[in-house]
Amino acid sequence: MAGTPLIRFDHVSKIYGKGETEVRALDDVTLSIDDGEFVAIMGPSGSGKSTAMNILGCLDTPTSGRYFFRGVDVGTLNRSQRALLRRNYIGFVFQGFNLLKRTTARENLELPLIYRGDSAAVRKERALKALGLVGLADRANHTSSELSGGQQQRVAIARALVTEPAVIFADEPTGNLDSSRSHEIMKLLEDLNRTRHITIVLVTHEDDIAGYARRQIRFRDGKIASDTLTQQGAA
Amino acid sequence: MWWNTLQLAWRELRANVLRSLLTTLGIIVGVAAVVIVVTLGQGLTMKVTADIASMGRNLLFVLPFTPQRAGPATPQTPFKMDDSEAIEREVQGIAAVAPSTIRQTQAVYGSNNWQIAINGTSNEYLTVRDWPISQGRAFTDSEERGGRTVCILGETPRKELFGQQTPLGAKIRLGATSCDVVGVLAPKGQSTFGQDQDDTILMPILAVQRRMTGTTDVQQIWVSAATAAQVHPVQESIATLMRERRRIRPGEQDDFLIRDLQSVSSLVESTTQLLTAGLSAVAAISLLVGGIGIMNIMLVSVTERTREIGIRLAIGALERDVLLQFLIEAVVLSCVGGLIGAALGLGASAGIAYAIGVPFVLSPWVVVISFGFSAAVGIVFGFFPARRAAGLDPIEALRYE
Repeated sequence: MAGTPLIRFDHVSKIYGKGETEVRALDDVTLSIDDGEFVAIMGPSGSGKSTAMNILGCLDTPTSGRYFFRGVDVGTLNRSQRALLRRNYIGFVFQGFNLLKRTTARENLELPLIYRGDSAAVRKERALKALGLVGLADRANHTSSELSGGQQQRVAIARALVTEPAVIFADEPTGNLDSSRSHEIMKLLEDLNRTRHITIVLVTHEDDIAGYARRQIRFRDGKIASDTLTQQGAA
Repeated sequence: MWWNTLQLAWRELRANVLRSLLTTLGIIVGVAAVVIVVTLGQGLTMKVTADIASMGRNLLFVLPFTPQRAGPATPQTPFKMDDSEAIEREVQGIAAVAPSTIRQTQAVYGSNNWQIAINGTSNEYLTVRDWPISQGRAFTDSEERGGRTVCILGETPRKELFGQQTPLGAKIRLGATSCDVVGVLAPKGQSTFGQDQDDTILMPILAVQRRMTGTTDVQQIWVSAATAAQVHPVQESIATLMRERRRIRPGEQDDFLIRDLQSVSSLVESTTQLLTAGLSAVAAISLLVGGIGIMNIMLVSVTERTREIGIRLAIGALERDVLLQFLIEAVVLSCVGGLIGAALGLGASAGIAYAIGVPFVLSPWVVVISFGFSAAVGIVFGFFPARRAAGLDPIEALRYE
């Protein structure tokens, strides 16, 4: 694996529609992200950052060009093979938290482990450990409706962590939170990146949120407008 | 994985108890209906067969009526005692022959009275009907030949007239005739057609003819063949004999009819079976409708839970996992419905069986089959919604509000 980046976009384009209505959401993007990075993807709406995120998360495939995830060409995989990649290597954190309703924090965390086929004992141990990492060990048996927005997002982060993925993709993780909760969440992600060396790729349009990342990639009109290391990254 | 999916499905259904129940109502009703129809049908067949067997062994009876396919039979010249004697004398393979003349009258003992059918017959009747005497004795030869006014009580008049007292040796009044009680019949219970067979009093036929009907007519003749195999030949011989005695020319229609209980029994049995099959088919249709109900709600549920499905797909569920989840949900739903329906059906059949006096036959295969059928309904009608769920695009599904 040495020398192989975690993520490599090789002239990736994503085109929606055909003919006159054709939209180039991504236009010949080349990019790579290494293990342990903390990257913020930024840009106005329609800039292609969400499309990039969907492809990065193996939810979608490029129209042209190639996407290598851990050296594997994702474009050649079928739906189930991509689901297996997500199951084993990718954690997601969404803007709307996306926890299951009427389900306790612990059960939400156990869900991806169930799909992996882990035993009940292993699931419980891992779920409680992940809840401990996000500081919610005492909320294991609360359902999502009994938790505040900030707490729900932490549970969602714990759910992304629980499978010990190679990378966490966070799509506007603070979009539904007030600014003090937002900073709590970002500190948590920053801490996870620093102490546990988990690669984090974050989509946001807020500069101060992006400021937590060590590398900022700006999209505009489907292309990368800038790719810079922040002071944090430089430090 | 399976166990977890099952738990997941169970939790999902429990979270919406009312909706789940309503969804599965069709299955509940369908399974309950099938179970009720089949259980009662079996009980009825069993009762009819047992009742007919209890009427007597290899029984035939001869009536002086023109056989009719439908409607009331036309009465013809009644039989006389010598008809009965001729059958006994000339037909091969007979165990017993009993003439019978029935007269409705009032039975009185002390201050108790009871409206009753007096059966004028002979001791042979007890053999033909396979009917033991529980107290006292049968008629003596001289009582029969002399037409003495002695009687044997059925269980019902004994209870009505004597209650706790002993009837043997007592004198009762039957209409205008005074009569000595010499015996009591063992209880026999209801007949197939709901008649109380014990509601009878036996007297020597000569006594009934002389004291009550005032004629020498014999209303019907009971015949018991020696073996089951002889029922048919005996029936033929009786027909030949009676045609001869009643001077019916070849080609002319019989003016009497011979009923054989075996054929009645098999007729009743095949009728109940046909009825059960027909009703079961109708009930099975409601299972089908129940399945469509499940499919409907599952489709709604898939739409409602689009986002949840998106989450599951994003965090690593394979299409197969989602398919299995919804399929198992549908199967659990219909199986739970099947169980509730079977329980309700068995409960209701037990109640109805008790109410209409039919034995309650618990046949495990009815429950197993209806349960299996409801599971199959779940799989068949759950498959389409499950396919739809599994085929969702995770990106679209996650965006769904």
